[in-house]
Amino acid sequence: MVKKGTVGIARDGGRRTGASHSPIGAQGSVGEVATRFHQFAHPPGTLVLESGQSLGPVEVAYETYGGLNAEKSNAIMILHALTGDAHAAGIHEADGRLGWWDAMIGPGKAFDTERYCIICSNVLGGCKGTTGPVSVNPRTGRVYAMDFPLITIGDMVAVQRRLLDHLGIDRLLAVAGGSMGGMQALEWLRAFPERLCGAVVIATAAKHSPQQIAFNEVGRQAIMADPDWREGHYDGQPPSKGLALARMIGHITYMSEASMSEKFGRRIQAPHQSHKFSNGFEVEEYLHHKGRRFVERFDANSYLYITHAMDSYDFSRGEDMHRALAGLTQKVMLIAFRSDWLYPVAQSREIARACKAAGVDATYCEIDSDYGHDAFLLEVEQESHLIRHFLQGLEAARGTC
Amino acid sequence: MQRRKDPDALRPDHRIILEWIPPGAAVLDLGCGDGALLDLLVRRKGARVQGVEIDEQAIYRCVARGLSVFHEDIDDGLSGYRDRSFDYVILNQSLQQVRRVDEVLREALRVGHRAILGFPNFAHYRARCQLFFLGRTPVTPALPYEWHDTPNLHFLSIKDFKAYCRQRSIRIERDACIAGKHKVTFFPNLFAGLGLFLIST
Repeated sequence: MVKKGTVGIARDGGRRTGASHSPIGAQGSVGEVATRFHQFAHPPGTLVLESGQSLGPVEVAYETYGGLNAEKSNAIMILHALTGDAHAAGIHEADGRLGWWDAMIGPGKAFDTERYCIICSNVLGGCKGTTGPVSVNPRTGRVYAMDFPLITIGDMVAVQRRLLDHLGIDRLLAVAGGSMGGMQALEWLRAFPERLCGAVVIATAAKHSPQQIAFNEVGRQAIMADPDWREGHYDGQPPSKGLALARMIGHITYMSEASMSEKFGRRIQAPHQSHKFSNGFEVEEYLHHKGRRFVERFDANSYLYITHAMDSYDFSRGEDMHRALAGLTQKVMLIAFRSDWLYPVAQSREIARACKAAGVDATYCEIDSDYGHDAFLLEVEQESHLIRHFLQGLEAARGTC
Repeated sequence: MQRRKDPDALRPDHRIILEWIPPGAAVLDLGCGDGALLDLLVRRKGARVQGVEIDEQAIYRCVARGLSVFHEDIDDGLSGYRDRSFDYVILNQSLQQVRRVDEVLREALRVGHRAILGFPNFAHYRARCQLFFLGRTPVTPALPYEWHDTPNLHFLSIKDFKAYCRQRSIRIERDACIAGKHKVTFFPNLFAGLGLFLIST
């Protein structure tokens, strides 16, 4: 055994140190980027969903960073979480918005755009450019809203696979994602293992526990209880209160008791008070703020469709997980966070255990972080170290995968 | 990472384990630390390796070496593997830190065809002298910890382990007792700081 803290990664009380580990050089930004679109399943073609229903045409919003090499063997697909989008890195010129995983993607970063071609697309059912309940139904000329079919994590991955075909990439070096993105990474392993060399699966579960389903159901009920929801047909006047409440609940589950205590304490954000019974605590104002901001950028029906997809997901479809993993030659990296109570480490350990039983070449690391579920977006240094070396290992073994 | 080319500069226990493991073997190292032994097995023996380690910083160093490791307790490290998943299961300097020795050894010999165990010899003469003459709990190069901060849960001698194997009908295929950099054959239970055993059922 090794004594703690002698070599390796310098820790700063669980906080980000900002220090770079990169042996490659300075880290940078991919700069200005733009979302692109690909449309498929034009009539008479359709995308047949896992439910048996069909959908078409389907548009996918995606971004790419870094160049594809001549062999097209250096592509990595990033998979976003519940409220993410295709804009994973760089800056959008119009609003100056930074990508949601910009700390991890760029020159010299974990997903090094000088070595890899990074692809990220908005999920099916989303509201950021990929076909979803806010898209226009070509048969009626009106937005789908509740006419949009129920979709699954499997359907999201099937759409990503079509995007990959369009880009002319036979095999990804890896897929990588956290939370719902981790579910998609697992689904890639199950559905299209021959299309990848490895998978980075972060802070996720092979299937939702009753607690995870419960939180999602409360969020859905908040939306549907808003009179503005109007059975999903809310042209122009969305159920903002319900969606904001769903987001507030979500934010509580993304943080830990420790990170909330540190961030807010019992500080009062005087003198502003939103209602008689509010003490104006910072934590209250923070949640209100997050709720308000969220309704500006997210669609309530999308929230319902995507959380439904997450809850219904079962990686092994009721079978033993190790059976579903059996025979995989892809390498897997599993990362979990100690303070994550929304996707507790036990769920990642279960996946690790199934990898053992199935003889899958896997690495499992539990990062000691206080950030709760949010850690997968914040523990950049530890994640970068793990992912960078994992990807280099995949490159070295590329001939054999 | 410091890489020594001279084979004589290897840790003596690592050198012996390298001798014992044939090329191309599948190896699981329980308590693999920073992965130095597994790294040697990959580079010199072309072994297919997997590590289990509880220390997060050690995990990062293993990953930097390109090794596949599970971040977990040794006591939980074996459950989940199918029978005979590995040719060798190694518990080097970690046997004495395992909570349930019986169960872990039974599991090690289920998961591996053979197991390699290494542990500090509590009956080493220096330990005996400290206990006998000074009346103090021994602190020696092989047992470097004070009584209050030791990760060791079990204190065993080379003789203890041989008796243990006899009682449980565990076959000792090879053994090596080490003092400093050298093997000891003369009264090993007195002069060896470290015992290494290759066992099977």
